[in-house]
Amino acid sequence: MSPRLVPAASDPVRRRDRPLGITVDGVPLSGVAGQSLAGVMLAAGRTSWRTGRSGAPRGVFCGIGVCFDCLVTVNGERDVRACLRRARDGDAVLTQSRAAAPAAGGEGR
Amino acid sequence: MTRRQVVVVGAGPGGLAAAGAALAAGAEVTLIEASERPGGQYHRMLPEAYEADRPEAVQHGHRSFDSAARRVLGHPRCSWWAGSSVWALERREPGAAAGPPAVHVLRGGPGSPRRRHVLAPDALVLATGAHDRVLPFPGWDLPGVFTAGAAQALVKGERLVIGDRVVVAGTGPFLLPVAASLAEAGSRVVEVLEAAGAGQVARGWLRRPWELAPQAAKTGELLSYARVLGRHRVPCRLGRAVVEARGGDRVEEVVTAGVRADWSVVPGTERVTAVDAVCVGHGFTPRLELAVAAGCALRPVPGGTSAEAFVAVDDDQLTSCPGVYACGEITGIAGAPAARAEGAVAGWAAGGGDRAARPLSALRAQRDQGRSFAARLARAHPIGHAWPGWLRPDTVICRCEETDYAAVCAAATDPAATDARVAKLATRAGLGPCQGRICGPTVAELRRHPGGQPGDRGQPGDPAGTPMPPGVHHRPVAEPIRLGELARPPGPPGGPAPSPFPHPTPKESS
Repeated sequence: MSPRLVPAASDPVRRRDRPLGITVDGVPLSGVAGQSLAGVMLAAGRTSWRTGRSGAPRGVFCGIGVCFDCLVTVNGERDVRACLRRARDGDAVLTQSRAAAPAAGGEGR
Repeated sequence: MTRRQVVVVGAGPGGLAAAGAALAAGAEVTLIEASERPGGQYHRMLPEAYEADRPEAVQHGHRSFDSAARRVLGHPRCSWWAGSSVWALERREPGAAAGPPAVHVLRGGPGSPRRRHVLAPDALVLATGAHDRVLPFPGWDLPGVFTAGAAQALVKGERLVIGDRVVVAGTGPFLLPVAASLAEAGSRVVEVLEAAGAGQVARGWLRRPWELAPQAAKTGELLSYARVLGRHRVPCRLGRAVVEARGGDRVEEVVTAGVRADWSVVPGTERVTAVDAVCVGHGFTPRLELAVAAGCALRPVPGGTSAEAFVAVDDDQLTSCPGVYACGEITGIAGAPAARAEGAVAGWAAGGGDRAARPLSALRAQRDQGRSFAARLARAHPIGHAWPGWLRPDTVICRCEETDYAAVCAAATDPAATDARVAKLATRAGLGPCQGRICGPTVAELRRHPGGQPGDRGQPGDPAGTPMPPGVHHRPVAEPIRLGELARPPGPPGGPAPSPFPHPTPKESS
């Protein structure tokens, strides 16, 4: 099984979910307003969306913006921490890889 | 009369208390917080967009926190800078009047470009908190292995369940609320594993029990988690640890094992458990980059490595740097009540309050009780020195650079790489995007005893007051900043009008 949202109907906090949609590498995913991008991707069944230097998969590790494992490109903006960024309807997310890093410096696409 | 300008960094329990006390002392306060909502890691607030009717159902102490946050953030002299981060502190030129450093802030919401601001306060309060420390083990870099804090952030902060079969492991009482949150949200928590043995935990917690009386609220909180775990029939085992995670593209099973007091594995006790998520936490690392950037002296941890340090403070929470105060987990891991007391003392002093004011003595007493709680916590849940026995030569130590254990050991024994910086360049450990935030304490420890031998770890640290090198916490750029953001001239120090404390709505427009 995969990560998932606590169903709103049975959640004791009594949320009101408003749906939103994002794309990840062009694939549409649905989430609810308020979720982080990491939350949307996890709840949609994606546990990894970035690769390390060796090509090893990476997803969420620290969840609070410390580890930088969950970096993605959002609407053209590179190196965004998916665990910190709230999803917005229509966000276009591209996954990143360090494996294909061209020459020196930072995250390659 | 010009009011004192106080900048508080961090809106967790410590920072909020500091802001409140500085306001009470008559100061103008700018409260800077990287998240969109106050509360820090302890009071993980649900996203506003969830419009939850009963957030208190999953938030411990939500009501008192909520009213305190509203009081502070809604105060006419408080500017609330949510979604903003301090990326650098700039110390004053030699010869200039003594005072706190200039505070460089990046401010902006999602989707809108961040703007640079430079603040020059009369006093600065650092309340930057801590993050989970996680010791590496084979497979800890597989997706599905989360820090305990990540699980808490996702389940408490978003209501996302990270898995159906979860093992929670590591050391310290924080494992209990994490396991309780997961169980209540619908995960099957297969087991909670505390690496410390029963004797260690009992000796640490039960010695001089009267000292625990002032922490009755904390004890009650822990008991409430224990009740939740009991209700969900979650077994809690002492003296046991996750020593390996296995899987293809994500974690599928963990190997757990009984460990001795030094955390060496007891042969024959290994067991394989099927899971789809693992949460691990081995204590906390204070977030010291701003304190180090300000030039604050650090306090060593007895018997610790250079990576294990806290900000040294005096009775008013003043650091060695003029006008810079520190409170909360960066002065010692003592939990939210201690952070609140420290924050109140720090904020009152920073705001120019009367040092002899009567309520201050009660706050100082609470603060001191918090410090003894911290010492007890450290005694009950020390990291056993033999944990590197879990590692294999190809186990990843630095997640960003994928530096393995063999490379770290080779550098530690290489006479040409005695300097930490040389070793860093040789192995690349700590040079990736996280800048050693995750692997720093581990690499520092492995350099001291690469084979997991005690080495000099048993020796007491430098006497308190001896200046310590900033070690792995030295990060002059505390938060990534884009060159374009740096190139634009800074905005006005006041920035746009403070946003009102936003609940239930209206939605932010900019």
